[in-house]
Amino acid sequence: MTVFIIRRLFQLIPVLIGVTILVFLMMHATPGNPAQLMAGENAPPETVELIEERLGLNDPLPVQYFDYVTGVIQGDLGTSMRYNTPVIDEVAPRFLVTIELAVYATILSIFLGLIAGIISAVRQYSVADVSIMIIALFGLSMPNFWLGLMLMQYFAVNLGWFPPTGWGSPGQVILPVITLGTAGAAIIARMTRSSMLEVISQDYIRTARAKGVKERIIVYKHALKNALIPVVTVIGLQFGALLAGAVLTEEVFAINGLGRLLVDSINNRDFPVVQACILIISVVFVVVNLLVDISYKFLNKRIDLND
Amino acid sequence: MSQESILQVKGLRTSFFVGGNEVKAVDGVTFDVPKGKTLGIVGESGSGKSISALSILQLIDSPGEIVDGEIKFKGENLLDYSAADMRKIRGNQISMIFQEPMTSLNPVYTIGQQIREALKIHRGLDKKDGTEKAVELLELVGIPSPRQRVTQYPFELSGGMRQRVMIAMALACNPELLIADEPTTALDVTIQAQILELIKELQEELDMSVVMITHDLGVVAETCDYVAVMYCGKVVEYADVNTLFKNPRHPYTVGLLNSLPRSDVDQEELIPIKGTVPAPHEMPDGCRFAPRCPFATDLCHSELPNLDDLGKGEQVRCWIYTDEWDGDPEVKVHEPEKRTSED
Repeated sequence: MTVFIIRRLFQLIPVLIGVTILVFLMMHATPGNPAQLMAGENAPPETVELIEERLGLNDPLPVQYFDYVTGVIQGDLGTSMRYNTPVIDEVAPRFLVTIELAVYATILSIFLGLIAGIISAVRQYSVADVSIMIIALFGLSMPNFWLGLMLMQYFAVNLGWFPPTGWGSPGQVILPVITLGTAGAAIIARMTRSSMLEVISQDYIRTARAKGVKERIIVYKHALKNALIPVVTVIGLQFGALLAGAVLTEEVFAINGLGRLLVDSINNRDFPVVQACILIISVVFVVVNLLVDISYKFLNKRIDLND
Repeated sequence: MSQESILQVKGLRTSFFVGGNEVKAVDGVTFDVPKGKTLGIVGESGSGKSISALSILQLIDSPGEIVDGEIKFKGENLLDYSAADMRKIRGNQISMIFQEPMTSLNPVYTIGQQIREALKIHRGLDKKDGTEKAVELLELVGIPSPRQRVTQYPFELSGGMRQRVMIAMALACNPELLIADEPTTALDVTIQAQILELIKELQEELDMSVVMITHDLGVVAETCDYVAVMYCGKVVEYADVNTLFKNPRHPYTVGLLNSLPRSDVDQEELIPIKGTVPAPHEMPDGCRFAPRCPFATDLCHSELPNLDDLGKGEQVRCWIYTDEWDGDPEVKVHEPEKRTSED
């Protein structure tokens, strides 16, 4: 197990190199000279040259990339062009907000999705099943910015139960988390249902019944552990979608998270910050999927992780 | 039955309700399992033998349903039991093993965990005692190095070993009745013989009664004391195993025996039964076997015979053995001239 985790951590290295190359090239592929942008449109050419020199923009690309990666490893993500502060200071607090939002939304979607999916599967074709599946379809097809606006309109503006914007107090957390978690909950519910239905018709479920096991234990012990394997995969992939969805949710609820910072920085052409945001989101996504891989081993001992 | 019966099934009817139609998988099945003996239930695929077996433990899944009948275990009708009472019977007094050892064990739990489960439910054994008992059981069913096996997962074992594990699981609580639903069908021939031998040994050792579901008359000859032959959801013949093989009554039983290579009789050739099993929705009105029966008369085609007692524990569902028989009175169903007279 430990060997596997270490091995997988090493396998992350090429992935991360790929990510940094893409992020790095992206900045160079975009039109416009960052030095010119920093200095301002009417700055004299000498100033621009000076800035170019200071930023190392005249070095060959591989050298620039090497400098960039060395910086990243040391926690130096560059300097914000707009605020002239270290990017890390801009990004870190925002990152924590987004992670908080994403984790709460994931917990909500797993919780709701699993319960709804299990109920649906155990009572296939019942009123409960059909209602859950209709709601899930609705939740899945609804754009989350629209859902966010509707929730805000109804619960924050009309009813006044929650503050409409911001982040931090428990009241401020609820609406954005529902907005962001709904689509995930719907996908997890549908996945859990189909996976459970498949497992429930397996021979070993009949064996468990023949042993005199209670129906509830059959569902939660014998069936669920088998049914979770595809669901966990979906949860991992869902986390990526969640980080992307967070950008919109943060915009709607005016939450100062990474997504909002990313959008603002794109608008301001603050490339080092854009770069840092994308790098962080990529790393989080890769790490979450590593955790998913590891969890397979706990769910099904047959999966040989050494391959 | 002169002997005491542990299980008496009477007029059992189990149907599947699909799209408003009733498919009668088991249609009035009656048989006895004498205490300490083995009853074989033989029949082709779709004859309702497995459904009969699953009905005993009420393991029929929707859209299947037990419609009518009586399943008396030690004199008490199991169909009157509540779901909770039924759970106390399952895996405790009546156990079952299944056809597919490869898929009948839960892939995500160890052998030990799965054997311990029944012990915990019915005997309240904790993990430590349960493991000890599981090791004992694995040893009993002839699994080498049982102490290592309890921590292994099903995928680490071969098919034959898994069926042994299934048997160990079934025997965990010393059941009085073991239902084996085609326990050897999915196994290699060499392993088949071992598993049958094992079931027989354990039956004697633990004084169990066994219901052996099979389509293989060879298995019946080897393991059973009594046989119920099923055709299209009905028992067509019931007899002790020697009588059945030496003096089969029902033309279907005769057909089955004629199509089986045997060492105890002199056979010119194997004779297949003509035709196929009728589909559930085109079940004949009369005797279910009439369309394939070489002796069938108008009576056979129009009216269903009863399962009549011929005395000496023999029962047969055929017009030939009744006073109403309207065909050749001298009809010789089992062609005795082909049999050796060594007995």
